[in-house]
Amino acid sequence: MSPFHRSSNDDTRVRKLFDVLHIDPVLLCLLLAVCALGLTVLYSASGHSIAMVINQAERLLIGLVVMTAAAQAPPEIYRSAAPWFYGFALLLCALTLVLGDHAKGAQRWLDLGVLRFQPSELMKLAMPIMVAAFLHLFTLPPRWHAVVLTLMLIGLPTVVVMVQPDLGTSLLIVAAGGFALYLGGLRWQYIFGALAAIGAAAPILWARLHDYQRQRILTLFDPESDPLGTGYHIAQSKIAIGSGGVFGKGWLEGTQAKLDFLPESHTDFIFAVFAEELGLIGICVLLTLYLAIVGRGLYIAARAQDSFQRLLAGSLAMTFFVYVFINMGMVIGLLPVVGVPLPLMSYGGTSMVSLLAGFGLLMSIHTHRKLLAS
Amino acid sequence: MDNLKNLVREKHMYMTRIGVAVLVCLSMTSLLVYRLIGLQVIDREYYATRAEENRMRLSAVPPVRGLVTDRNGVLLAQNTPAFVLEVVPEQVENMDTLLRALRPVLNLDDVEIARFKDRVGKTPRYRSVPLRGNLTMEQVARFQLNRFDFEGADVTATLTRSYPLGSAAAHVVGYVGGITEEEFKKIEAAAYQGLTQIGKIGVEKSHENELRGTPGAKIVEANAYGRPLRELEYRQGAPGKNLVLSLDAKVQMAAEKALAGLDGAVVAIDPRNGEVIALVSKPGFDPQPFVAGIDRTTYKALLDDRKRPLYNRALQGAYPPGSTVKPFMALAGLEYETLQGGHGEYCSGSMSLPHSTRKYRCWKRSGHGWLDMAGGVIQSCDIYFYEVAQALGIDRIHTFLSLFGLGHPTDVDLPLEKSGLLPSREWKMRTRKEAWFPGETLNIGIGQGYMTTTPMQLAQITARMAMRGKGFKPHVVHAMQDTLTGATTLVPPEALPAIPHRHAQDWETVINAMVEVTASQRGTAYRVFKDAPYRVAAKTGTAQVAGMSQDELRARKLTETPFHLRDHALFIAFAPAEDPKIAVAVIAEHAGHGGSAAAPVARQVMDQYLLGQILYNLPADPGAGAPVAAGVPAAPVELIGSPGSASDDEE
Repeated sequence: MSPFHRSSNDDTRVRKLFDVLHIDPVLLCLLLAVCALGLTVLYSASGHSIAMVINQAERLLIGLVVMTAAAQAPPEIYRSAAPWFYGFALLLCALTLVLGDHAKGAQRWLDLGVLRFQPSELMKLAMPIMVAAFLHLFTLPPRWHAVVLTLMLIGLPTVVVMVQPDLGTSLLIVAAGGFALYLGGLRWQYIFGALAAIGAAAPILWARLHDYQRQRILTLFDPESDPLGTGYHIAQSKIAIGSGGVFGKGWLEGTQAKLDFLPESHTDFIFAVFAEELGLIGICVLLTLYLAIVGRGLYIAARAQDSFQRLLAGSLAMTFFVYVFINMGMVIGLLPVVGVPLPLMSYGGTSMVSLLAGFGLLMSIHTHRKLLAS
Repeated sequence: MDNLKNLVREKHMYMTRIGVAVLVCLSMTSLLVYRLIGLQVIDREYYATRAEENRMRLSAVPPVRGLVTDRNGVLLAQNTPAFVLEVVPEQVENMDTLLRALRPVLNLDDVEIARFKDRVGKTPRYRSVPLRGNLTMEQVARFQLNRFDFEGADVTATLTRSYPLGSAAAHVVGYVGGITEEEFKKIEAAAYQGLTQIGKIGVEKSHENELRGTPGAKIVEANAYGRPLRELEYRQGAPGKNLVLSLDAKVQMAAEKALAGLDGAVVAIDPRNGEVIALVSKPGFDPQPFVAGIDRTTYKALLDDRKRPLYNRALQGAYPPGSTVKPFMALAGLEYETLQGGHGEYCSGSMSLPHSTRKYRCWKRSGHGWLDMAGGVIQSCDIYFYEVAQALGIDRIHTFLSLFGLGHPTDVDLPLEKSGLLPSREWKMRTRKEAWFPGETLNIGIGQGYMTTTPMQLAQITARMAMRGKGFKPHVVHAMQDTLTGATTLVPPEALPAIPHRHAQDWETVINAMVEVTASQRGTAYRVFKDAPYRVAAKTGTAQVAGMSQDELRARKLTETPFHLRDHALFIAFAPAEDPKIAVAVIAEHAGHGGSAAAPVARQVMDQYLLGQILYNLPADPGAGAPVAAGVPAAPVELIGSPGSASDDEE
């Protein structure tokens, strides 16, 4: 920094401003960087639609406002409000089943007149808060009856979301709750036991999946078998990514998205457009940013002052990573296409706002630390 | 204290968990990167190719078909612009309004509009849909005048094949038509990219490969829905070659005109190189309707016509050669030295074979008296040639006439040629399971019985007679012109093995007799050629149509015989006799005598060719280059007496 332009006094003042606003500048910068990349690629992926970029930028602004607002409240408020929040989100999810709009064969949306949103997004936030608040009541690691109760807290909304059916979101909800439980000190033997149980239960789960979900999993393993049907998404997205190469075709030069070969190019498959145009190098930059966000989240979690805050912050950070991993994994053909957007980049309002609200929680945890009594 | 210990332990456990989580995150990220390296580095080539394949679309640019002209540049097949009104639905604001506006301009009817709407429904919206083809110039003008009212509609010009001489050359030039399913299976798809038509008959078929050209290609970038967005590459095709036929349009028209009112065929060949000068088959047909797709009624009418206009008599018609075979019999007699010396043969009007009561009659019931070979040819005496044939025997006749190519197609470069029939013992045993009877040899001697020839074959053997045994394969394509470079490649005449003959003067002996056919007052074609300014070697022929006995026929006058049983009139000739430039074969079905019905046709063809007489004007054609005059201009020659006025001075 040049001493001619900025004095250490200025520096302090800026830091003070962030302190007053309860904003973590590091996290904010990382988030804004990813969002900027997102808007840039969205312009290309949407077929040069300024309107869509502006629309998305508006949602980003709303998200930032929500994030800032969420950061103002001290973590204790969230802890005490956790059951109410959780109950409210669960109620909305259940309502969706009855009143929800149909979109693509699933009831995910709730129309509140002014805004149409997915209550399951709310649950993504409510879940880690609830689990963290619940585990906060016990000495950690939790005993088995606390674990069972936690599993019930996780299981109920998961089932409700899964039957909507929204496999992707239910996975993220399980992940959010599960991570809190994991950080709470769930014994390793339980974790491995659960993994083994999932392995054993897989055939049973398989039988309960919807046809289109099964088809998605099947085509994952052999996308070329049905290149014009279900495998089309994966096949075209792999072509887009692979043809990008190390350096990419250049911004706005990706043919797969521009010529409409890539379906959902501005939403779930925006990563393929990114990979096609900016190549492996661009991806490495993006991955670094994402990992930095996760890292910052875990750093905040490590420095958090009570178990509620630690569990919540750690769970939020790790869920964010899972979010990224599932989306990229499905776009590059590593995981089934489950309909998880790429956080902060995919076009869509609800996930943008709920994600940033989550980061607001992280900031709240980070900026409301009290000095420990010496 | 205990509580604090707990807190420390809890914190420690927590940090471990975070550490594990970080490790898991990093390893999962590595998995992603590993996979991405696989896609973007290792398999990049493969996916890049797939991406290119996705966006590139090949769109064919059909080649322009080569022109067909006669030897003087008169167009026989050309490409003329046709105007089509096309609509791009995507660009139309309101289809009904547009159609309402276009209705009076094009006189559209409801059926047309309904059909158009149906097509629109089946085509992608960005692609143009034809509303009306074959616009008149007036319709084009009216459209252009108000074109701003017709947003989304436009007039485009396409090329269609047209045949300026119409039916006159249809059997030679042929026509093109839509590619049928069977044809589609046979052709190489790449050679027909963007093409919808293929040569069906005539030169259009036999020289399809040269005329067609090579399709070019446009490589366009297209989106996932196939809509072309921009052109990436243009791959030049090659237009078809122009064909210069050896045909002389004026002679062709002369032959066509000379056969007016008759059914039959005329084939004229230049004996010096085998080039076909004229090839007419009557009745003809108009090739034009086939190009656009002939309608069912017209096609059925053509098929059902008893006179079979689609049938190319010149190549497919197998007729008994009748007396036109006699000069060749005479030549065989000379070759094998079986002719009687001295007075020759005596014709009493009839003869019979030993051990047989069957009488073989001469056409002249009173008989010709003593005749030598020349007399036999000049007066076309049947008795004389019964004797010649008997003396030769069928085996030697077959061997000798085979040398002239009878019994085999001439391999002219036109499709569907028939081989005719030159019978032999072996043939009869094979097909009839019967021995050869001596009486059948006698019939062959006068070109009757099993023997059949096509007019093309007759013209060809006449040409070989004219060339004293030398000969060339007949062909109609004289040269091919590369349309890009303008370079012309001549089709070289293909020499056939000369017919060996022990005594070279035998040719002159027979040819002299043939000259007498037109020059001697006793000759069967004397009347027709008496005033010709060139020497003509010829032979008339009258071929019986099976069904009536010889005696029965002789007893009746031509006009009393039912039409379909009347004799075919035949005539072969070449001229000038001493330096032959043209050999002609004429057959006029059911027209009676060769000398009276067929010879005048040949005379007119020869006059046109040798004297360059402007007997018939070609249809005015602005596209044709200045025709080079054929033959030498000569003093006007008195026109020949009309056919039909002939007396019974023949056969």
